[in-house]
Amino acid sequence: MRRLVLILALLWPLAAAAVTPDEMLPDPAQEARAREISRLLRCPVCQGETIDDSGADIAADLRVLVRERILAGDSNEEVIKYIVDRYGEYVLFLPPARGVNLVLWIAGPVMLLLALMLAWMAARRRRASATPSELNAEEQARLEQILKN
Amino acid sequence: MIAEYGHFALVLAFAVALVQTVVPMIGAQKRWTGWMAVAEPAALIQFVAVVVSFGALMHAFVTSDFSVALVANNSNSLKPMLYKVTGVWGNHEGSMLLWVLILTLFGAAAALFGGNLPAPLRARVLAVQGSISVAFLAFLLLTSNPFLRLANPPLDGADLNPLLQDPGLAFHPPFLYLGYVGLSMAFSFAIAALIEGRIDAAWGRWVRPWTLAAWMFLTVGIALGSWWAYYELGWGGFWFWDPVENASFMPWLIAGALLHSAIVVEKRESLKAWTVLLAIIAFGFSLTGTFIVRSGVITSVHAFANDPERGVFILAILAFFLGGGLLLFAARAGAMEAKGVFALVSRESALVLNNILLVVSAFVVFTGTLWPLFAEFAWGRKLSVGAPFFEAAFTPFFVVLALVLPVGALLPWKRGRLGRALWQLRGVLALALAAALAAWVWGTGRSALAPVGAGLGVWLIGGALRDLWLRCGTGGLSRLTRLPRADFGRALAHGGLGITIFGVAAITAWSVEDIRVVQEGESFTLGGYELTLVDVSQGQGPNYVTTKADVLVSRDGTEIAHLYPEKRVYPVAGMPTTEAAIRSRPFGDLYVVIGDAQADGGWAVRTHIKPFAMWIWGGAILMALGGLVSLLDRRYRVAAGARKPVPGGVPAE
Repeated sequence: MRRLVLILALLWPLAAAAVTPDEMLPDPAQEARAREISRLLRCPVCQGETIDDSGADIAADLRVLVRERILAGDSNEEVIKYIVDRYGEYVLFLPPARGVNLVLWIAGPVMLLLALMLAWMAARRRRASATPSELNAEEQARLEQILKN
Repeated sequence: MIAEYGHFALVLAFAVALVQTVVPMIGAQKRWTGWMAVAEPAALIQFVAVVVSFGALMHAFVTSDFSVALVANNSNSLKPMLYKVTGVWGNHEGSMLLWVLILTLFGAAAALFGGNLPAPLRARVLAVQGSISVAFLAFLLLTSNPFLRLANPPLDGADLNPLLQDPGLAFHPPFLYLGYVGLSMAFSFAIAALIEGRIDAAWGRWVRPWTLAAWMFLTVGIALGSWWAYYELGWGGFWFWDPVENASFMPWLIAGALLHSAIVVEKRESLKAWTVLLAIIAFGFSLTGTFIVRSGVITSVHAFANDPERGVFILAILAFFLGGGLLLFAARAGAMEAKGVFALVSRESALVLNNILLVVSAFVVFTGTLWPLFAEFAWGRKLSVGAPFFEAAFTPFFVVLALVLPVGALLPWKRGRLGRALWQLRGVLALALAAALAAWVWGTGRSALAPVGAGLGVWLIGGALRDLWLRCGTGGLSRLTRLPRADFGRALAHGGLGITIFGVAAITAWSVEDIRVVQEGESFTLGGYELTLVDVSQGQGPNYVTTKADVLVSRDGTEIAHLYPEKRVYPVAGMPTTEAAIRSRPFGDLYVVIGDAQADGGWAVRTHIKPFAMWIWGGAILMALGGLVSLLDRRYRVAAGARKPVPGGVPAE
């Protein structure tokens, strides 16, 4: 029932439709920008939904706000900054790769490099232990001794 | 009384699990045959007891016994019979009982089919499996008793969440749990091997079918959940990177890695320590998933049970098994010496790379899922990590995985030549590049995603076919029927992955959406279809009322279909649901949703065109089928029978 979880969140969105026709901007290019921005914004009172998917009142307010800022001539980044400044970083689904969040972003690549390095070292070690190492001078002398006898 | 029998059976199962944990383990240590032999009957008795308990709970649901608190809270006398039955696991306590039922089912299966295992290994495996039962039965009995009675039973129940009253979702949890819990078998084998200090090719051969089965069930479970989200939630999304989805995705990735590394143990006696570690981690992720879903610790998770007491209990179980397993690993891993040597370019190395990429991608999902929790603990910052992050951070690893997969599958064991494998794939490579180019042209360069997805899809499918072709050698297609089933399984699973990757890329890049107000009788066009809202009517279902629209779809003036999207309200649960109407075709779905009535008398109508939607789940089903075919390979069937001791024979000791 892992999926059950989604559900509580989904109650609301289903109650009221998500994006409604009257909210939409007449210019398709601007509306497309609004949708692109909405994908990054989290409804502050819901459980992990974008403002587009949510039917909560505040999500509707945010959708309208995004469109107002677009009409006011803001760029996508400016709109996002405007909203995050007012509602906090909690509403941003894409943590910027700055400050401590940098750790989040580089965790995967760093682990990949580490893993590749470890695997390479293990492979080298394995081959080294598999191929018989050369005899040193003392062993060579002993070997000759043995063979002579 | 029946509910009390159920409760009693559960306590009995707990007692038996305790015996199963302690006695065979001591027996295996001291080489006492009699003590070791306790394991099998204990596992069977424990299974029967849990079946009785589960049956008792199901009886309470089916007969709508509202004196049982769980039934009163989660069922209703009007609910259709199918959902009375599946409602048993539509809640925290019942689903936990299902979890334990499947756990004991695996234990019983190991007891029944483990006849070819050496006695001490079998005793230890069943003892470890028993200890997991002890932990989860204690969890059930102490914090989540499904059989609690109500002093004043209500006349009728509160009903099951209507979103769960759906066939797709009804069978989603059992499959997921078969997957999660199946990984406990790999864990038990790993711990038993660590205690014995010995791993050989036979161990790999015993572990692989269990892992394969678990992975297969997880694949089906995840696909069912994703398909359900697609048609039921009403906006055509299929994956949300929600913490709870991630909780099932991480074990799937690790199980994928494990079943590949187990091949290396089985065929080449190499990567032993690594495979044991993976088995421990895989089950660790299963438990982590359970913790995420049931503790409510991650705020974004609309989890089952937001009960701190339960969360702490599961955390303790997780710490015990994962911590204990890792400690044991640290102490004993040195004893696992690899025998098989391999060059840097070889099948083994390719499988190591597969493992690294799968584990790292699981790690990315893990960090992203837990980062908000960590940030809040460490710096008191409330932040979110959602789909845009995972799409950016996870996808590259999977793209690389898909790129190297067909090459790796063609490399020979021990030592190979990269140039030769690439040369064998030259035709497939050309096709893949052509497909990418075609996708780019067709999509008029809208997104880089579609060309990448199309290219990778063709690369994987073509690679799988080429693999089969090369396996036939000079004998041509006539040899196809004589190939081992494992070869077909591999081709199916790898090709299925290609189909899913293409479906995901296509639906993400090429979906078209339209939201508008439509009056009854009015028409509009979208992507070559003409849609007419014929009328909207009210109706009554068994336990809901519905608003149903009749949408006529035509193309070039000819009628092709009527679609009936619905909006339902379940009065008992007080909850609305959206029933999208979907016309599924191989090359794309037409997806229509009816919204709210508008002030001017029209209706909000949302229409999506979802290209290649079915390919996502079709590919997943092929992957699972590949697992099944592989599971039926001769070497498992024959090996299972060959080393069985004479029935009824007395051990020589």
